[in-house]
Amino acid sequence: MAINWFKYSAPSTFYGLAGKAIPWFSISSAILFAVGLYIGFFVAPTDAQQSEAYRIIFIHVPASILSMFIYLVMAGYAALGLIFNTRLSSMMASALAPTGALFALISLWTGALWGKPMWGAWWVWDARLTSELILLFLYLGYIALHASIDDPRRADRASAVLAIIGSVNVPIIYFSVKWWNTLHQGATIKFTGTSMHVAMQQAMFTVLVACWLYAVAVSLARVRSIILERERNTQWVSELPEAKL
Amino acid sequence: MNWGEFFYMKGYAFYVWGSYGAALLIFLIEVMLVRHRRKITLQNLRMMRDAGDGD
Repeated sequence: MAINWFKYSAPSTFYGLAGKAIPWFSISSAILFAVGLYIGFFVAPTDAQQSEAYRIIFIHVPASILSMFIYLVMAGYAALGLIFNTRLSSMMASALAPTGALFALISLWTGALWGKPMWGAWWVWDARLTSELILLFLYLGYIALHASIDDPRRADRASAVLAIIGSVNVPIIYFSVKWWNTLHQGATIKFTGTSMHVAMQQAMFTVLVACWLYAVAVSLARVRSIILERERNTQWVSELPEAKL
Repeated sequence: MNWGEFFYMKGYAFYVWGSYGAALLIFLIEVMLVRHRRKITLQNLRMMRDAGDGD
């Protein structure tokens, strides 16, 4: 069975498809947030060293992973747009940037609130924290650069280059705790497994999936507006029922 | 476990609830902004059509 993938990369097809998918992603995200936080707060035991403060992990780690993952997906879409000149990929890249930036912000904020009681400082210029801050600045730089160029196709190309070069930072964040002697603790989830209590793992993983579903839902909702803005002069947009009211 | 004890988080209430509260607030603001953008985009489409330069 041959699937014509290019059909789905047409903004007109994708617009409708995304509209149908958003409620499913939103509902499953809400359910998984509820389940994950229930396990995190009521099933997972108190930590022997960090007492209840460790429970910040259930939002801190998922937000941090998502901030890095979304960046790579964004850079991937931007690269596709640059190479194949596909409009939708570039629109997806710009739709992902604000969500990624907000996850980076949540990661830094929850990290500060965790650092204060555990290390005695809201912030230290540690390799892990600094590289995550640079990630936030890369997102903001991408958004600002895209917004500063009037011609959207030129804006796509210029910001794609920034996104691709910036993706070097993601492995730096991930390996920073290994490469440098940092105050930040080592990786919680390694490729080789984890030493965490099973309920803690379940809570963290469930919230991670919930955050991912949330990111998909909100980015799809955002890309629908971007599609309408950039395709506003086309026949299919003028024939949409929501534009006809 | 009673609720007062639960919210007290053994003295870490500010840090734990400050984390989850901020995350929730950020999610809510983002959803609001995305919805607002859709409203504005659709309004602009209709204005453009009414102004007659829709094609």
